[in-house]
Amino acid sequence: MAEKTYERRPTITKNLDKFFTGLADAFAFVKRFFQEIWFPPYEFKEILRQCYEIGYRSLPLISLTGFIVGIVFTNQSRPSLSEFGATSWLPSLISVAVVRAMGPLVTALIAAGKVGSSIGAEISSMKVTEQIDAMEVSAINPYKYLVVTRVIATTLMLPILVMYTDFLALMGSYINVSQNELVSMSTFFVQVFEAISFLDIFSSIIKSLFFGFTIGIVSCYKGYNSTKGTEGVGKAANASVVMSMFLIFIEELLSLQIVNAIRNG
Amino acid sequence: MMEKIAEMKGLTKSFGDLKVLQGVDLDLYKGENLVVLGKSGSGKSVLIKILVGLLKKDEGSVMVMGKEISELKLKELNALRLKIGFSFQNSALYDSMTVRENMEFPLVRNVKNLTRKEIDTKIEGLLDSVGLPQSINQMPSELSGGQKKRIGIARTLILNPQIMLYDEPTAGLDPITCVEINTLITQVREEYNTSSIVITHDLTCAKATGDRVAVLLDGQFKAVGEFSEVFENATDERIKSFYDYNFIQ
Repeated sequence: MAEKTYERRPTITKNLDKFFTGLADAFAFVKRFFQEIWFPPYEFKEILRQCYEIGYRSLPLISLTGFIVGIVFTNQSRPSLSEFGATSWLPSLISVAVVRAMGPLVTALIAAGKVGSSIGAEISSMKVTEQIDAMEVSAINPYKYLVVTRVIATTLMLPILVMYTDFLALMGSYINVSQNELVSMSTFFVQVFEAISFLDIFSSIIKSLFFGFTIGIVSCYKGYNSTKGTEGVGKAANASVVMSMFLIFIEELLSLQIVNAIRNG
Repeated sequence: MMEKIAEMKGLTKSFGDLKVLQGVDLDLYKGENLVVLGKSGSGKSVLIKILVGLLKKDEGSVMVMGKEISELKLKELNALRLKIGFSFQNSALYDSMTVRENMEFPLVRNVKNLTRKEIDTKIEGLLDSVGLPQSINQMPSELSGGQKKRIGIARTLILNPQIMLYDEPTAGLDPITCVEINTLITQVREEYNTSSIVITHDLTCAKATGDRVAVLLDGQFKAVGEFSEVFENATDERIKSFYDYNFIQ
């Protein structure tokens, strides 16, 4: 009897195959967004609903976080500055840190956790319960209704949330500074605006647009391509948050390099 | 001779190494209720998902209303899908919408220039015909399994389909609700002049709703005909045991 032979593929090859297939799928998903966004139907009502869900419903969490970040960062920075007798620089330091990095980053991370997980779980459960199939058989484009609307909403809402977080963080910082250094509100905010440039605000907004897009597209992708079953819903929600956060940090790093190059060039 | 409204020839479908359909031939005639019977995992749902273009076949031909499904562009496929109603196993009602919004959703996106009054009349009429007019403002989570099935069927009927595909319409329901759903399926055929394929493993449902039954075993139809022809004179042991299990147990 002939001996059976088994074709064995090394695990690394299989994993590489899986990685590149996944990457190609993800690119196709993003490409489809840019193809679909231009053509009707535009689903304005659903975009508005998503803006409300993503923007307005995130306000309590974002408000609290932004305010606390302002207070904590001011408190932590004071000892270092006071060693050099430079506590009067606190408003400038805080404004630069909040507007350039902390505001966008903290807001994006909170949104990735709150909004990303919710989008991932919602779309994934719709897939598991055949609601996406139900749309397809009714001649409705589920990608347009579910993905395009949510990605637009996250992309539009994140810069607004970032500006709101920046404001609250600065207010938190002001309360802390005013109690310890007896600085008036006008003096504090004059120093805040003197320290930041148009480039800081502009880059913060552009960066936030990318963060919002990332959270939306990653969460929709993970939800839309989740495996069947309730286990898949949990995995999709989790993967949406983890992947969004990972990409946000990479984007933050890239934006830092680009903005520094512009500033120095 | 009766007119064929859907036709499958030599249809095959595999998922990886698993061959689900292995050369399926089936005709659906205009105005008939055809019941497809088979064990769980035998590929019954796959069959109707291919018919509506949710899954792609591997080989063979699938003609619906004279059109080969695999050759249609998305726009043509969507136009054809409007003539096919698909009632899902778990009803697939949109969780975030009320019953009214569930029914309105496919209607307003596919039929233009309807007035609010026309939309409401259509929704209320259909809810009346499935016996659930009081559920119009309820959320799917507030409905029982049987009510969800009825609403799911009403939602597919809102676009006046010519073909109805029912995926396990009585699965998970109590015997009384099963009888109600069976009655609704025959009532839909009479009121809306539809041709239907009913996917089930419930012989009571098959006997009550089917003009013909087709038994799917090993990826092929082993018997097709009227209920009595297929079961009462069955020679295949597996078909016999299917009958015995349903009616004797």
